[in-house]
Amino acid sequence: MIQTDICIIGAGPVGLFAVFEAGLLKLRCHLVDALPQVGGQLSEIYPQKPIYDIPGYPEVKAQELVDNLMDQIKPFNPTFSLGERLDKVEKTATGFELRTSDGTEIDCKVVVIAGGLGCFEPRKPPLKEIAEFEGKGVSYMVKDPELFRDKNVILAGGGDSALDWTIELSKIAKKITLVHRNETFRGAPDSADKVFELAKEGKINLLLKSNLESISGNGKLNSVKIKGADKSEMELEADYLIPLFGLSPKLGPIADWGLSIHKNQIEVNTTDYSTNVPGIYAIGDINTYPGKLKLILCGFHEAALMAQSAFKHVYPDKHLSFKYTTVNGIESF
Amino acid sequence: MSDIKIKVQDYSGDVQELEAPTDMGLSLMEFLKANEYPVLATCGGMALCATCHVKVEEGMDSLNDPGDQEMDQLDLLPNAEFNSRLACQLRLHPDMDGMMVRLAADEE
Repeated sequence: MIQTDICIIGAGPVGLFAVFEAGLLKLRCHLVDALPQVGGQLSEIYPQKPIYDIPGYPEVKAQELVDNLMDQIKPFNPTFSLGERLDKVEKTATGFELRTSDGTEIDCKVVVIAGGLGCFEPRKPPLKEIAEFEGKGVSYMVKDPELFRDKNVILAGGGDSALDWTIELSKIAKKITLVHRNETFRGAPDSADKVFELAKEGKINLLLKSNLESISGNGKLNSVKIKGADKSEMELEADYLIPLFGLSPKLGPIADWGLSIHKNQIEVNTTDYSTNVPGIYAIGDINTYPGKLKLILCGFHEAALMAQSAFKHVYPDKHLSFKYTTVNGIESF
Repeated sequence: MSDIKIKVQDYSGDVQELEAPTDMGLSLMEFLKANEYPVLATCGGMALCATCHVKVEEGMDSLNDPGDQEMDQLDLLPNAEFNSRLACQLRLHPDMDGMMVRLAADEE
């Protein structure tokens, strides 16, 4: 089990800077991030885009800022669990016990949520029955293609993953149907050509200008009703339905921790960015308060105030004297 | 004056006509948020989350074409239609005068 003072959820710019602010107060940090690398959105989505509102940098590339932050926190030796999603939080007598999707266990005194946009989760089609069939015929991703061997499978969507899995699964499934809203595909042209070819050869059933309308079954998925743009309806038998509509950012498991949440964001007290659960803080884009601005620089400020309050939480009996780095330098550990 | 009029239909079906400034560099998403419509805009305007999905009921022709990122995102939305756009990618412009949009993110 990993033992630390603070466990930071999210290794984006604000999570990383929190290590620095905590480090100045001699608090040790462990970071967990669902992405396989540090930097959050900056590294994942726009590494080469310039940012213009970081104090002291007239212009800095997103990845460069992340690299600099990693340099800045090096003296404080943070540890990381990357590519793991934090799934469970339990209160203990001295703090919290956390568990990730990969089974990593972390024992900490304070939890800091710096989760940014949250986790990217599969976007679900708007069918009211869909939740009851999840894991019982409805699956939002293909983990093991063998599951679909000799089965009757319906895929829905028009992106790359819908095209790729249609092609892949057509080799092993009994029957493949691809349902797509448009007449054309925006995915890779080669894959789209291949899908049209498979349809022409009668190897897959391609339903264009069509949408999922409803699903039914008895404890397990049985059939899917599909509606065409011309209002025609058809019901197809299916062992599996795989909706592939991309990913959308959600709060994820954090939503179930008993935190006060407003419009997908965590409400905090602006004196120290604490949540309604003592010992859990939320900083950066994931929190909300009157006047909130989703800016990296605001997240940095929040990290500094959080660290002061977290110190009192970790060491209730110790006196904290505020020091400037210019006067005292940085004491690494 | 550079103000334009935009009609907005919310999830309950109510339509309101609003005056929108075109000289402040606002996107339609920012304008909707400023008017307290329930637009989450989780990603902050990077065409990533589609929580500002609108359907353009009138004035579709006056809009710039969607960029790649927006097209990719729209293509993935289960409930998108030919008139779907992401409000964060629509900068308010005098040509948009008289347009009508319907909030559509909630249907997902």
